[in-house]
Parts: sequence; C-alpha cells; structure tokens
Amino acid sequence: MSAIIRMEGVSFSYNSDDPQQTQALQGVSLSIEPGEFVAIVGRNGSGKSTLAKHINAILTPTSGEVWVDGISTKDTDSVFAIRQIAGMVFQNPDNQIVATIVEEDVAFGPENLGIPSDEIRRRIDEALSLVRMSDYALHPPHLLSGGQKQRVAIAGVLAMHPKILILDESTAMLDPLGRQEVMETALRLNRERGMTVVLITHHMDEAVRAERVIVLDRGRVVLDGSTREVFSQVDLLRQLGLDVPQVTSLAQLLREQGLNLQPDVLTVGEMVEQLCQLL
Amino acid sequence: MSITIRNLSSVYNPGTPFEVRALDNINLSIGEGEFVGLIGPTGSGKSTLVQHFNGLIRPSQGEVVVDGRSLTDKATDLREVRQRVGLVFQYPEHQLFEETVFADVAFGPKNQGVPEAELKERVNEALTLVGLDPSAICDRSPFELSGGQMRRVAIAGILAMRPKVLVLDEPTAGLDPQGRDELLDQLQQLHSRAGMTVILVSHSMEDIARVATRLVVLHRGQIVADGSPRQVFTQAKMLMDVGLGVPQVTELMLALREKGYPVPEVALTVEEACAIILGLHRGGEGQ
Repeated sequence: MSAIIRMEGVSFSYNSDDPQQTQALQGVSLSIEPGEFVAIVGRNGSGKSTLAKHINAILTPTSGEVWVDGISTKDTDSVFAIRQIAGMVFQNPDNQIVATIVEEDVAFGPENLGIPSDEIRRRIDEALSLVRMSDYALHPPHLLSGGQKQRVAIAGVLAMHPKILILDESTAMLDPLGRQEVMETALRLNRERGMTVVLITHHMDEAVRAERVIVLDRGRVVLDGSTREVFSQVDLLRQLGLDVPQVTSLAQLLREQGLNLQPDVLTVGEMVEQLCQLL
Repeated sequence: MSITIRNLSSVYNPGTPFEVRALDNINLSIGEGEFVGLIGPTGSGKSTLVQHFNGLIRPSQGEVVVDGRSLTDKATDLREVRQRVGLVFQYPEHQLFEETVFADVAFGPKNQGVPEAELKERVNEALTLVGLDPSAICDRSPFELSGGQMRRVAIAGILAMRPKVLVLDEPTAGLDPQGRDELLDQLQQLHSRAGMTVILVSHSMEDIARVATRLVVLHRGQIVADGSPRQVFTQAKMLMDVGLGVPQVTELMLALREKGYPVPEVALTVEEACAIILGLHRGGEGQ
C-alpha cells in the first residue's frame, strides 16, 4: 500500500438526515502516490473543496473510507496526526494569518504541537527560506502583498513538516504576479522536496502545470489522467462547464481549419514550437 | 452621465507612521457608455479608486465630479449619487441577508422609496438582466443557491436601483469558467443593449481583453497607462514589470514576432489569433 492518499467509495452529504439533499461526493475512489502533483478541477458545487477537506479529516465520509499515509480518517484519535501530514492553504490570505509578525505566524502550528523552541526556530527559518520569504521574517503580515501572504500561509503549513500540501483555490484572489509566485513555490516544493501537491483551481493555465488532472462533476470523478490526456478533450471539458487555456483552444480552432497541430498543446512555448514547423 | 476625477489623492492614516498614499494625483474622465477595464497589481489603489466613484471615500485632495456635481460639495445628495453609480464589491454574495431572493433584490429600491407596486417590476427586470428566471427563483432563500447564482442575485440587487454606471470589483473571482463566461456576457449586454457605463476591476487579462473598450492601468496609486486594450497590451514589458501580464494569445504573438514572423503585437481573442495564423499559413503557401 504505497499510496499516500487513498479513497474507496467515498460519499458525503452535508445534511445526512435529509434524503432530498444531493450528495456532495458520490462514490469517489482514487489514489495518489507520494510525490505526485495533482490538479483537481470542476465547476462550482462539483465537490472539489469537499474532497480536499476529506484529505485532512476536516470532513469524514458518510460512507466509504479515506486513508492518508496509511491512517484511516475514521480513526478520531489520529486527526491531529493526519492534519500534520496533510496541510491545507485556503482561498483568502487574510483569513489565515493569526499573528502580527510573519515568523510568529509561521511558529503558530509547531508551537501547538509542543515542539521545543530551538527546533521551532529551525523550522521557521527553513519554512520561510523554502517559500523565499526569509527577508520578511520580522514584517507585519498585513503590509505584504496577496502573493506574499499566501507564501507565509504555505510556510506555516511547511513548518509542520507535512507530506502533502493542499492548495484550495489559494490563487483565486491574487493578481497575476501573486498567482505566479504561489505556483512556482508549489512546483519547487514538489520537484525539490518530493512534496505531494493537491491543487484545486479554476485557472486552467495553472492546472496544465500539474502532471495529473482529476475532473469532478456532481460529486463524481469524470476524468482522471495525465494533464495532456485530459486537456486534449476540449469539447468534453466545455460540457462540464470548464475551459482550456487559450492556446489549447486556439490549437483546436486551427485544426478544424486543417492545420496539422497536436490536439494537446498546453503552453505558449509548445504552440510556438509547433507553428514554427508549419509556417 | 460621466465621472470626472481631477488631481485626486487619497491618504490612509494621514499624519501617523502608518501613512499610506493609496492614490497619487489621479486625473481620469469616464464618459457615458464606456466599458472600462481597471487593472493593477494588489495594492495599486483600484479598490480605493472605485470607492471614490460614489462618495464612499472622500478625497484627501482633489475632486470627483459625477454627472456635473462635485462629491465634495456639501449640497450634493450622496444618496442620489449612490443610486446612479452602483458599486458591486468583491464577493458581494457575502452581503445577501434576506429570507427570499425577492426581498434581497428589492431591499435597495425599497430603501430609496420606490413604491411597493413598482418593486416587483424592478426585481423582475434586475433578475432577468443577470440571466435568472424571476418566477423560478424569487421565493427561494438566497442561501440555497449555487455560488454563481448568489453572485448574480447580489448584482441584481444593485441593478434594481437602476444605476447609470455599474462598477464591479473582481466580479468573476472564484467563479468557474462557465459562470465567469456567463457573467461577462451579461455585462457586455448591459453595456451594449441597456447602454450602461460599466467599470470592471479584474486580475484576468483574458477577461478584460474580451469585454473592455478601454483599459486603465494603476500602479502605486498612479495611472501608468490609459487607452484601448489593443494600445495598452502593446506595452507587454511594462505590464509584466508592474506584476500584470497580457492575454495568452498576445503572449503567443510576441513569441512569434521574436522568431521573425510578421504578426501584429497584440491579439485580444482566440478567434483573432486564429485568423492571424491562418493568414500567415496561407501567405506561406502562396509563396
């Protein structure tokens, strides 16, 4: 059992007394290996955030089971162990920062774990350096940009030494530079540290940077494959209320006009490379 | 119905160590029927600026004139100005509070003294404008709707006051691609069919390129570019330097130019980029 996240037949409803209530998740089974970078996409209400909250035991299944690093989230005694393994960063940076100085905010998690203070010091320095915010250790968080605040929030999660980083629409409120900062940070942690990353996003240009994409619709997994496989299904994605990056959509239009392009163009660089051979 | 801003500066916490100059000598005139995209990195002053449009914040220096009346003039009725200039904040659905959609949308006009008999017409009109079916949704609780529907109900609450200018602060943040496209289409219709002046604050260059007729770029409280989307997006380097960007199809044009292909510097939509590349392809075959 090598999967770091495993879900078997997970269903969940927010109001289990009401049979009329539709289920937010319906029989979801999936498994994520250590070191994967997985994007989860789907329209509003498709169950993305509900699924993410099952990974760190904020929610537990109405039926089915979730294992995180081999521990079942049903086991109520393990809730804190699971939350230390799977750290989550949310949408609004201003709702997640608790302290008045950046490094105190990063220290909040490990302090609550009862870790000795010299070890906490070490973890703060390491976490801030990983998100490239060491120079801001003594700054008040409210004066930082949105992207910087989210990187501090990520540092707070990293100081817990997690194995899984979950980003639940963490870039939705950021400007283009802020989004780029958060994406680069997540990609670097994945590549250099082997961190498992679960990225929930409405931005398809972010999702294309994952190696695997899971598409949810009405609480079910409707697509699960490599990023290229998933994004070459432009029409299906549109039916699911989703989108593809502009260059992917352009490639499809040009193919319809008879140009010999691959259907899975994902980035500007790939598009330029292919066009150079045609033009 | 126009908005004119002269030498506007706005300072938070003046005279304290926390003094922040959010806006620095802004001059801007927005005419009737424009669709203005207001862009800028976080902290550039966008939200501060839009709150000056209807007098929610008073200028530290300078003047805001709406429809010929200065907002700093004590005789100007700010209630009337706020009815004319409707402001939709970020995440407006957080402000829904009534028991039914009808009551929530009717709240604004009711407070303005619109007679009971006319309220129904106002609510129906506003919900229809945002693409919702009044008969299906009026009696429902706003809290049992989807995120995208809640957002549209909140916008309808502003439209029910029949503003002449609609200002929206990041209305598509957190919406899925379909919800985003629908909302942008509706804004475009409000602009083209109802003749409304629309001012849209957004972080998405792709969205702005699609709908705006004019772009204003703010950076550190100052206007650093103001022109048609096509003009502004030719300044790709400046936009990236201030933490913004250009639409992906414009990025593609720039990359093709660097390789020596004779393409324009800017493409605003996927369709436009497609036509440019097809032209290039056919031209290549002809030679």
